[in-house]
Amino acid sequence: MRILPFVTSTIITIALIFFLNNKWGSVPPLGKFLSPQHGFWQNAEACDYDFSENLALRGLKGKANVYFDQRLVPHVFAEQDVDAYFIQGYLHAKFRLWQMEFQTMAAAGRISEILGKDERFIHFDREQRRLGMTYAAENALKEMGKDKASKQFFDAYSSGVNAYISSLSEKELPIEYKLLDYRPELWSNKKIALFLKQMSKTLAGFDRDFEFTNLHTVFTEQEMRILFPSIDDSLKPIIPKGTAFAPPSIVPVKPSSVDSLYLNNDTTVKAKEIFKPDRKNGSNSWAVSGQKTKSGAPIFCNDPHLDLTLPSIWYEMQLTTPTMNVYGATFPGSPSVIIGFNDSIAFGFTNAQRDVKDYYRVRFKDDSKKEYWFDSSWKAADLRVEEIKIKGEASYFDTVAYTVFGPVMFDESFGTDISAKNSIALRWSAHDPSNEGAMWFKLNRAQNYSDFLTAIKSFNCPGQNITFASKSGDISIWQQGKFPARWGRQGLYIMPGEDSSYMWQGYIPQSENPHVLNPVEGFVQSANQRPVDSLYPYFIPGNYLTPRGITLFNKLSQMQQVTPRMMMILQNDCYSSLASEAVPMLLKNVDRTNLSQFEKINLNEIAKWNYIAAPDSKAATIYQTWMDSLKAVIWNDEWKQFKEPVVTPDENTMIEILLRDSASKYIDDVSTPYKETLELQVTKAFKLAMKELNMEKNTTDLVWWKHKNPTIYHLLKSSLMPFARTGIKVGGWNNTLNAVTSTHGPSWRMIVHLTSPTEAYGIYPGGQSGNPGSKYYDNFVSNWAAGKYYPLWIMKESEKSDERIKFIIKFSNI
Amino acid sequence: MKILVSILLTALLSFIAGIYFPWWSIAVVAFLVAILIRQPIVHSFLSGFLGIFILWTVLALWIDVKNNSILSQKIAQLFSLSSPFLLIIATAFIGALVGGFAAMSGSSLTIKSKQTV
Repeated sequence: MRILPFVTSTIITIALIFFLNNKWGSVPPLGKFLSPQHGFWQNAEACDYDFSENLALRGLKGKANVYFDQRLVPHVFAEQDVDAYFIQGYLHAKFRLWQMEFQTMAAAGRISEILGKDERFIHFDREQRRLGMTYAAENALKEMGKDKASKQFFDAYSSGVNAYISSLSEKELPIEYKLLDYRPELWSNKKIALFLKQMSKTLAGFDRDFEFTNLHTVFTEQEMRILFPSIDDSLKPIIPKGTAFAPPSIVPVKPSSVDSLYLNNDTTVKAKEIFKPDRKNGSNSWAVSGQKTKSGAPIFCNDPHLDLTLPSIWYEMQLTTPTMNVYGATFPGSPSVIIGFNDSIAFGFTNAQRDVKDYYRVRFKDDSKKEYWFDSSWKAADLRVEEIKIKGEASYFDTVAYTVFGPVMFDESFGTDISAKNSIALRWSAHDPSNEGAMWFKLNRAQNYSDFLTAIKSFNCPGQNITFASKSGDISIWQQGKFPARWGRQGLYIMPGEDSSYMWQGYIPQSENPHVLNPVEGFVQSANQRPVDSLYPYFIPGNYLTPRGITLFNKLSQMQQVTPRMMMILQNDCYSSLASEAVPMLLKNVDRTNLSQFEKINLNEIAKWNYIAAPDSKAATIYQTWMDSLKAVIWNDEWKQFKEPVVTPDENTMIEILLRDSASKYIDDVSTPYKETLELQVTKAFKLAMKELNMEKNTTDLVWWKHKNPTIYHLLKSSLMPFARTGIKVGGWNNTLNAVTSTHGPSWRMIVHLTSPTEAYGIYPGGQSGNPGSKYYDNFVSNWAAGKYYPLWIMKESEKSDERIKFIIKFSNI
Repeated sequence: MKILVSILLTALLSFIAGIYFPWWSIAVVAFLVAILIRQPIVHSFLSGFLGIFILWTVLALWIDVKNNSILSQKIAQLFSLSSPFLLIIATAFIGALVGGFAAMSGSSLTIKSKQTV
């Protein structure tokens, strides 16, 4: 034995193995990761991989067959209802395990546990805990447990997910686990609840209360109403204008101190929610009645707009059991078909944009946060200690106080300039006990309008416009949710929380939610606009988006002899109603003397624009850049005095103000001694925009799609750019029906023609597999960008030998 | 001849071990093969190194061809490597280093002090 070589080489070997078996910074454990039999190579799925197999699994009640078509869409045929959900869970996990687990971990504020120590991650986790996300999920879980009928389906789904997780060997782990070096934990119904609560945050978690509070310390109540109007002049509401409403059955009472303590309160707030959801999380949905279609059968359409991600938030499926035959887009992380259709009806969603999130100033006795002043005495707070685990480090402990309002989001330990004497509690309807998931079990089986009504009744949060069409000929939209009945201006700003007088006094009865059935117009439509005009008897603040609804309403009004093909064109429509209002005003006011050659060319380009933000349009780039600099020119002077978080008015509000009053006081630049006119400001904005575009012209040639650079990020964003799709050639903007911005857009487009048999089309920007090493990872993206659709095949089991079927998984119990 | 047998045996046994055991089983195999087939240290190192290098190259290449380089292109980009080919070489090299040193360790255990390289 040679001591020295032995010792040296043994030490080197062990050190190498140790080094290569562990993660260093963002570098994965290289040995494990590169090993062709264990690491990422195992995720490189053979292009001719055969997914067929026979699976005998504990937990199944009977037999079931799953037929995968050429797009890898599973058509599930189960003898038992519960088995369909078990298999749905199994398939979600098989194709999307990492995303569904990561999203629910993020919902629970547990990303430090996976991603390691980083100030931003800890802040994210704390913010999620302080929003009460886990608390909300626990409340939902209790409700899920109370309803036996739905609980057995949730249980089956979770068992299915776990059946897959338990069968998973190290080499089969999704690649993200290998990159980040961790393993999945077991699934549970609580994770389903967390997933749905994350949707509540995405869709009902946006608010501007702090920003409005700060603005309101400078602008008067009258100015606030002009800058942030509750009803835009141009609004085309969901419920046709002029529809009469019954008198309100609940009339909330304004507190007597409202002027002194609330509307004239000039306390600013520096604290800020950092990881806010996107305001533009909207959608389009409409249904055209048989009287307007060529076939005489209704046509139903829906395209939900969300952050576009890979893997996609959607997974396409057909679920068939003796009690249902439903097809559509599902959420990996939740049972049921979320947006889809069955043999009798079609159903879909757009976000209601209603404000269901308010804040109250809370005064603690001291920093211990044990007691707070409420209704003339010290009341005990529930202290919830949140343990935030951090990978490779000691846990971080955060104490969140719960009050009668809800969790105290900002206190002395969280938020700038906040003290125990001046903390801020959150009242959010997402915390209230309810069982949202149960709606879809009923919806998936609904046969007609009355089944639909029964199904949606208990759906509370996030508020949604639920669109419905049936083969029997009905079309309808309900704005469904549990919405507080507010007195005028309640909840726009942070409210006093020292007594109960500013609390929500009740809820609008479900039957008084805005709804429309078979209107004379022959269509129903929603695009995140305010649902009703001023005749609706309740004060309903929200983060409404007006422009898309105008285009939608106008286009549908003009259409006759509607076909699915026309609806495809409409979903991909890039016409901007807003630009058609704004551009003539801009052109009228811009000073054409002293223009450079570049400026002249671009002004000509926009002058002959048809207001369609097509992918190759240059005018769209010029318009949007001009509009952005006009916003800066109009608002920056008044807004620069704010040191606290604020927002500026919406683009369409600015245009309405300028169209209404070309001498509006906001036009003048208050920081100069001169009196600026609209002509001067529009020209100044044009010159600024041209300066910007002059720098950009060599890289994008001002081509719209290159200018906005639509990108579908992987869920881990910029850290995994090779897993993303960048530079997708697609037009549109958030104010056009085809609402594709740089990272956001129609996440699933569906058109259902309610003929017999059903004719349906759909597509989403992703692929059925969540594995970046699979050819099914992003194979729909190019067709989606081109505005194409796949026919959705509602398979019958008798068609199992059809050539479209590529693989079969046969499930049976042990 | 000995070295060839040693290389092939390392590759074959590592492949089998890889089916059942963690990735570092290649070190155990290389170590044991070096004890089993006595060679000078340098030869043993080369056997371990080349055995794993060849095995991992062949495996990665086979997977990559079947996969049409869908994944290797992305991972190569992630590691700032210009091509899937370089990624395969990097993969093989990392495994080979472990195999080589483990074989060296095994070899030095059996060689008597008198025998020099």
